[in-house]
Amino acid sequence: MKFQSQSAAMPYFIFALALFVGQIVFGLIIGLQYVVGDFLFPEIPFNVARMVHTNLLIVWLLFGFMGAAYYLVPEEAETELYSTKLAWALFWIFAAAGTLTIIGYLAVPYATLAEITGNGLLPTMGREFLEMPTITKVGVVIVALGFLFNIGMTVLKGRKTVINIVLITGLLGLALFFLFSFYNPHNLALDKYFWWWVVHLWVEGVWELIMGAILAFVLIKVTGVDREVIEKWLYIIIAMALITGIIGTGHHFFWIGPPEYWHYLGSIFSALEPIPFFMMTVFAFNMVSRRRREHPNRAATLWALGCAVMAFLGAGVWGFLHTLAPVNYYTHGTQVTAAHGHMAFYGAYVMIVITMISYSMPIMRGRPNGNSRQAQVLEMWSFWLMTIAMVFITLFLTAAGILQVWMQRIPESGQALSFMATQDNIALFYWLREISGVIFFIGLLTYIASFFVKGDAVEVAES
Amino acid sequence: MAERFTKSMARNIYLGGSTFFILLFLGLTFDTMQAMPERDNRENLTESVANGKLLWEENNCLGCHSLFGEGAYFAPELGNVFQRRGMGNEEAFVGYFKGWMNAMPTNVPGRRQMPQFNLNDQELEDLAAFLIYANGINTNDWPPNVEG
Repeated sequence: MKFQSQSAAMPYFIFALALFVGQIVFGLIIGLQYVVGDFLFPEIPFNVARMVHTNLLIVWLLFGFMGAAYYLVPEEAETELYSTKLAWALFWIFAAAGTLTIIGYLAVPYATLAEITGNGLLPTMGREFLEMPTITKVGVVIVALGFLFNIGMTVLKGRKTVINIVLITGLLGLALFFLFSFYNPHNLALDKYFWWWVVHLWVEGVWELIMGAILAFVLIKVTGVDREVIEKWLYIIIAMALITGIIGTGHHFFWIGPPEYWHYLGSIFSALEPIPFFMMTVFAFNMVSRRRREHPNRAATLWALGCAVMAFLGAGVWGFLHTLAPVNYYTHGTQVTAAHGHMAFYGAYVMIVITMISYSMPIMRGRPNGNSRQAQVLEMWSFWLMTIAMVFITLFLTAAGILQVWMQRIPESGQALSFMATQDNIALFYWLREISGVIFFIGLLTYIASFFVKGDAVEVAES
Repeated sequence: MAERFTKSMARNIYLGGSTFFILLFLGLTFDTMQAMPERDNRENLTESVANGKLLWEENNCLGCHSLFGEGAYFAPELGNVFQRRGMGNEEAFVGYFKGWMNAMPTNVPGRRQMPQFNLNDQELEDLAAFLIYANGINTNDWPPNVEG
């Protein structure tokens, strides 16, 4: 570790992984509720468990991004963090607010939570992924402002690299678009239109900047390839991400009220959206094959390559599969959407955060050459367990989705099966998904276990 | 070839491209907002509907259901439930809806359960009004059939 203050990343990473475990536990609960409908009812109804599953995902990824920024920015800027104290203070505030929110979901009915947290004054709750209470949303804004101030001041007093600038642009965009979560008009069509300004412009816009910056940073470190080359790639990748992703928002405007021309715009630009992800894959493999040294942390390299491939498959290929308007007409809101969502989030964002943790955590724990060979072997096992399990989750959900379309959507009214009858018919695939989910969970526990493996110190390979 | 494509060219593509598409997106949004009054059923957006939407949100209905295909996929689509269960008759739908909500949960072993939300008569009417209003939004003929 070059700068003491980089260790501010550590609590963020540890807490992120704890939340990740929680996310998967609730994922297993809702997966089981798909086939055993009354499991844990009425103690934990599906909507509550699902809210915990998705909200934990978002929050742990945000913790991961913040941790990544605290580690990466000082090293890139070649200066200590502006304020380590502020980083720690914001960590505790965010962790406490997040924990209280989750307890709130589980302890009281959602309507009660809404009432006691002032949703009546400024209604923002109860919309997918934006379920958190209004006061938590305000808290997130405060934490984000403090965080951006801290990171921004660090860059201002230090070296301004492309990676730092791209990362900060992404984080600024993340904060800016989150403000739309406070806009909730009575008009449902307008509500949905601007709701996507948070949801789509996050995951298919500014988050890609954050992902690209982190990937570029790790690749510089593990390959030793010239910074100039990597920065050029980074610019082109994020350029393509925004050029395709911004108008690509249109693929969400097909069936919620806006005019029909979005069918053409949304279809064309989402057909282009795999390009930046494909470039990321080419980029990662290219850099690793051109590497100037064999970095002793091979697990981190594996995560970086895996991230690039899985992001392309999940966000790129599975996204493209059903974003053309004539296809989406049938697949919209089916298990095909769920399949895409799972692999895209895992491939792009879960894996980039793990890549960063895998690279930086050993260094912060006083192992500049990475973890011991034994620990890395276990970590690579966890990589394959989680990744292959996620591939199968995606395949089973895709199969479920296709059958759902076949039975429920394609036949004329009167001939089509009802939603619940269809669900009964595809239960087998939900069981298979649940089994894959258990294997994913085993992979995650293996990953956590790899932190506790000691073993022999790694020798630095000759360059 | 690789040498001729410089970093500053890459940066200019990024800055120029993203600026252009952000402006285009804002322009298209402006145009969409002009078109919306004809499409979003705002003339039927009463106080009762607004309250129904608030109830929809404060009980986290889309934690299980979808609305215009968005939400969770655990329970049926409700953007067109007025059409599916009311067959175009508002009074019939409100009656059906109240009966359904009050009968929850079914407690059939192994079946997916809908919680009892303990809404009063007025609240149930508002929620039904919200679903009727939602059904009136022009969704470009989605969903493909009445089953949603």
